[in-house]
Amino acid sequence: MAHVSYRPQTKVSKGEFMNAPLGYIGDTPAQRLIPAQSIVRLEKVSKTFPGRDGQPVTALREIDLAVPQGSILGVIGRSGAGKSTLIRLVNGLEKPSSGKVIVDGADIAALPETALRHARRSIGMIFQHFNLLSSRTAAQNIALPLEVAGYDRPEIRTRVEELLALVGLTDKRNRYPSELSGGQKQRVGIARALATKPKVLLSDEATSALDPETTRSILDLLARINEELGLTILLITHEMAVIRNIAREVAVIEGGRIVEQGDVFEVFTRPQHEVTRSFLADESGRALPPYVQNRLRSDAIPGSQAVIRIGFRGPHATDPVLARLARDLNIEANILSGSVDEIAGRPFGTLVVGVPETSVSTTVDFLKKHGLDTEVLGYVA
Amino acid sequence: MSPEMIKLIAASTGETLYMVAVSALIATLLGLPLGVFLATSAKGELFAAPWINRVLGVIVNATRSTPFIILVVAIIPFTRLIAGTSIGTNAAIVPLTIAATPFIARLIEGAIREVDQGLIEAARAFGATPLQIVLKVLIPEALPGIVLGLTLAIVSLLGFSAMVGAVGGGGLGDLGIRYGYQRFMPEMMLAVVVVLIVLVQAVQSIGDRLARRLNKRIRHA
Repeated sequence: MAHVSYRPQTKVSKGEFMNAPLGYIGDTPAQRLIPAQSIVRLEKVSKTFPGRDGQPVTALREIDLAVPQGSILGVIGRSGAGKSTLIRLVNGLEKPSSGKVIVDGADIAALPETALRHARRSIGMIFQHFNLLSSRTAAQNIALPLEVAGYDRPEIRTRVEELLALVGLTDKRNRYPSELSGGQKQRVGIARALATKPKVLLSDEATSALDPETTRSILDLLARINEELGLTILLITHEMAVIRNIAREVAVIEGGRIVEQGDVFEVFTRPQHEVTRSFLADESGRALPPYVQNRLRSDAIPGSQAVIRIGFRGPHATDPVLARLARDLNIEANILSGSVDEIAGRPFGTLVVGVPETSVSTTVDFLKKHGLDTEVLGYVA
Repeated sequence: MSPEMIKLIAASTGETLYMVAVSALIATLLGLPLGVFLATSAKGELFAAPWINRVLGVIVNATRSTPFIILVVAIIPFTRLIAGTSIGTNAAIVPLTIAATPFIARLIEGAIREVDQGLIEAARAFGATPLQIVLKVLIPEALPGIVLGLTLAIVSLLGFSAMVGAVGGGGLGDLGIRYGYQRFMPEMMLAVVVVLIVLVQAVQSIGDRLARRLNKRIRHA
């Protein structure tokens, strides 16, 4: 039997993505790109809550989402977009109003209570506010899921030591949560979530209460766990940095719908939906400098300059394309802003240039021919 | 103060402590599960049973709103059924327990409700049963609050126990009324008051200290 092992980086050849027309990502559900080895699968899931005034509130509409085994999938959305509800459906803390939630082959929504509790042992969860018991030490907190699952004492002791070592808190084992920093508390949370050796880890805004540096260290830990244990991670966040740093797949959620999903690099370098763009605009380097933004107009007047945003992706990120533009076409581009960044471990550059309004079409044709993403943003006089 | 008087005070203090201890113990055994249930059985909660919750709530409120002295008299037939008599220290334990149980239940309900909902969610997420959540999460996390609640209940019971003196229940209250008031012995009255003050102080400071030691939410230097 052929066994196709999933590696996110190699699932679709880069060439296929590179040559794909714009819109390819947005039009194609993630499931079709991925071999059918999703450990978590949501099929046409909707969730409606009874509202306060009797009007039902729809939190999620017809969500289709597949989390490939061993991957890190990030769901990003503004608050109220429905991402919390979405993640809580995966371990049955919420029941869908319609649709199916399949985790490791079992329909979570259809499981009776006892079976659901059993299934939850293979789905770990970490929380924004850590949710540790204040009355238990770090080690005792980590032991709790094991006690609940009925492990015996020696087993618990060994497992807790392993987990403390894994998250680097062996020396804090007897500290109470009130004696730990935010980052340390989340490490305890992670260790607790991993105690029963789950196959999936759900992360509910796990770094949102942490400072950037601590966030980074927690994300590094999650990435390491994903790598070393092959653990699938589904995370929800409102922070771009989280997705950029560890996710390989992203789904953008807005108004209870997934508006865009796919490979992180693809989605973020060629955003199709305005919500995705707005998340990217928060990032430095994407926004136009104010002196350009304020003078930007949509129509060309003679003598004005066209403002063009050029996206350099992957292999093109280091091409000396402006030099060629000057040499081959004698068009002098004026650099207005630019940045080179790394998304999901791949280089991505953005350059905003001004060219004489008369040579817009020549320039755009030239850039597209070189395989660069090109967008005319407007004109400045 | 004569040795007889001191002997009387000592005996009455013993009776009071006995009444309070036994009724506090029984009321806690009854009030703890009742309080936990009240805190976890509203709509959408762990043991959701909104109707039973409401009915129990009404019973608890009714018992708590009956003045203690009325309660003592009103339940005399029941007291006789349980204790075999309606007079004396053992008989006094019945109304004391009945008055203290709903009080303790409400205090425990309050302490349990103070526990962060996130902890219940976390426990559900790792597969704990509702009973495990109560025993391993809610009660341990609420313990400092529970201890303070029980301290308050015991202090109230000391006060109530003085009232059962009026119906022949024995104890310090009985002593104060019979000697201090009816026999015009102000020094006896004063002694009873002083002993009660010392008892309340002792109970309160033990309770406070225990609660503080159990509370791991605050960093201890």
